[in-house]
Amino acid sequence: MAGVWARLRESPLAMLGLLLVVFWLVLALLAPVLPLLDPNAALDAFKAPLSTSDDGITYWLGTDHKGRDILARVIFGARQVLLWTILASAVAYVLGIAMGLTAGYLGGWWDETVSFVGNVLLSFPVMVLYIVIISYLGAGGLNIVLAVTFASAPGIMRIVRALTLDLKHRDYVAAAQTRGESSLYIMFVEILLNARGPLMVDVCLRLGYTTITIAMLGYLGLGLPPPDPDWGKMIAETQPLGSFAGHMAVVPALAISSLVLGFNLLADGLRESTLDA
Amino acid sequence: MLKLAAKRFVSMILIMVTVSFALFALFEHNKLAVAGKVLGPYSSEQQRLIWLDENGYDAPFLIRYVDWLGELAQGDFGTSIELNVPVADVLWPRLGNTAILAAVVFAVMIPLSLMLGVLAGLREASIRDRTISIISVITTSVPEFASATLLTAIFVFWLGWLPGTSAMSAGFSWAEVILPAAVLVIYDFGYVTRMTRAAMIDVMTSDFVRTAILKGLPYQRVVFRHALRNALIAPFTVIVLQMNWLLSGVIIVEVFFAYKGFGKLLLDAALFGDIYVIEACTLIAVLVAVASQFISDVGYMVLNPRIRFDKVRA
Repeated sequence: MAGVWARLRESPLAMLGLLLVVFWLVLALLAPVLPLLDPNAALDAFKAPLSTSDDGITYWLGTDHKGRDILARVIFGARQVLLWTILASAVAYVLGIAMGLTAGYLGGWWDETVSFVGNVLLSFPVMVLYIVIISYLGAGGLNIVLAVTFASAPGIMRIVRALTLDLKHRDYVAAAQTRGESSLYIMFVEILLNARGPLMVDVCLRLGYTTITIAMLGYLGLGLPPPDPDWGKMIAETQPLGSFAGHMAVVPALAISSLVLGFNLLADGLRESTLDA
Repeated sequence: MLKLAAKRFVSMILIMVTVSFALFALFEHNKLAVAGKVLGPYSSEQQRLIWLDENGYDAPFLIRYVDWLGELAQGDFGTSIELNVPVADVLWPRLGNTAILAAVVFAVMIPLSLMLGVLAGLREASIRDRTISIISVITTSVPEFASATLLTAIFVFWLGWLPGTSAMSAGFSWAEVILPAAVLVIYDFGYVTRMTRAAMIDVMTSDFVRTAILKGLPYQRVVFRHALRNALIAPFTVIVLQMNWLLSGVIIVEVFFAYKGFGKLLLDAALFGDIYVIEACTLIAVLVAVASQFISDVGYMVLNPRIRFDKVRA
């Protein structure tokens, strides 16, 4: 792993990706203690970026149609988007890894069943699957987690299953079997730990994609409930206002693009440095 | 090869049956809820029971499912609750509009991404390759609604060149197709470019290309006659599979630009709770996705000589 980090550090693009991700993570974590205005308070409506209110407050990125400070909303929006992205991805990985490991290692009818369910879910265009699940369950944070799990876990399962099929014939697995280790130990320690390289690449790509999903659901009105800001909803709210609210939508659009770009660059860098390792 | 294709076909049918059953169970298992959706939240329980009785909801669940499948096969998708017209009457024109959009997207995306992919892959690690790779990472990182926002800000509000909505209220207009199509091309071409690039690098470093070059064949001829034909097999499957991604992206883009396509129909139905429209749209979307998967699998077998001639060798 140390070798991977050393090689990652040599790639300027991967470092840029890491920087972007860390930048948003730090902002999201520190949002409550940063000297920001209240993201939901109505101040002056339609202020341009860098304008100042009568009381001498500077709106660095301007305000929206309800007079809320856009800088504060983007940073608190990062909090929402990252929180739900990480939570939903974590649940999807726990389920996907468990399914993939057991399907690949145990094989038989269990493998057939898990693979078939995975194929059925993967045959949906993702957005259609989200819409079906959320129109059935209703919008809301936990339902988003559930929907992301349904959509992502099959893909994770496929990758982990393929890695397991490859790794389970290695000598160290045979050694563990001879030692009399339990199947659980072999799956989760011997196989999973040795599959971490390719999995890390997938984690970065999927975090980027899940970020898009969370914001996209917010945009479509299927996401988190108002008034707390999320990037997708910020864009959706602006749209009916047309030309004079350009900056209101451009800021969250750039925010999400930079975060996803960060995840993708990091994934590229990791792919190259784990391939050589 | 035929056996493999038949096996894929059977699994495609199996998936469709499973999806249709899951959808029917999800949305129509609870009869009273269905009647409540159709008659509205203020209908009395008695009205709902009468409606259920009149519309054949008394039969057991499995029989209802089989009847429903039969009606679907005849093109009867039920009546839209929100619009109060047969679902088929809205669905087909909307699908037609989406097909126009998709056709434009593919017509631009395929030549663009193949060309960029080949150009990048011909000289790995050159400045040209790096530039193309970086551009394709950036464009695939900008989600559809973000690039739609940015393009609208530039071409609609700043330059004033293009219309910002694509509702086609004054009849069909190509100007209103440009922005939605551009957004989809921007998001999708990067992936195909990267796949083409990887395949091209693979082929250019393979033994038969080296032999062709060492034999003294002109470089151009090696590229066009030897390398390209083999390098384009992988991108072909990726392009057909893009159908699945396009069907996702189309929903966002159609909603953003108010384009009257199938994706907007599905979202509106989902927000309203129009279950018959949701069922119909979902089934069509999955059918298109599964069929394109099938075409991609079979196409790969036909294109790849290693599989195509397997029967002869065996």
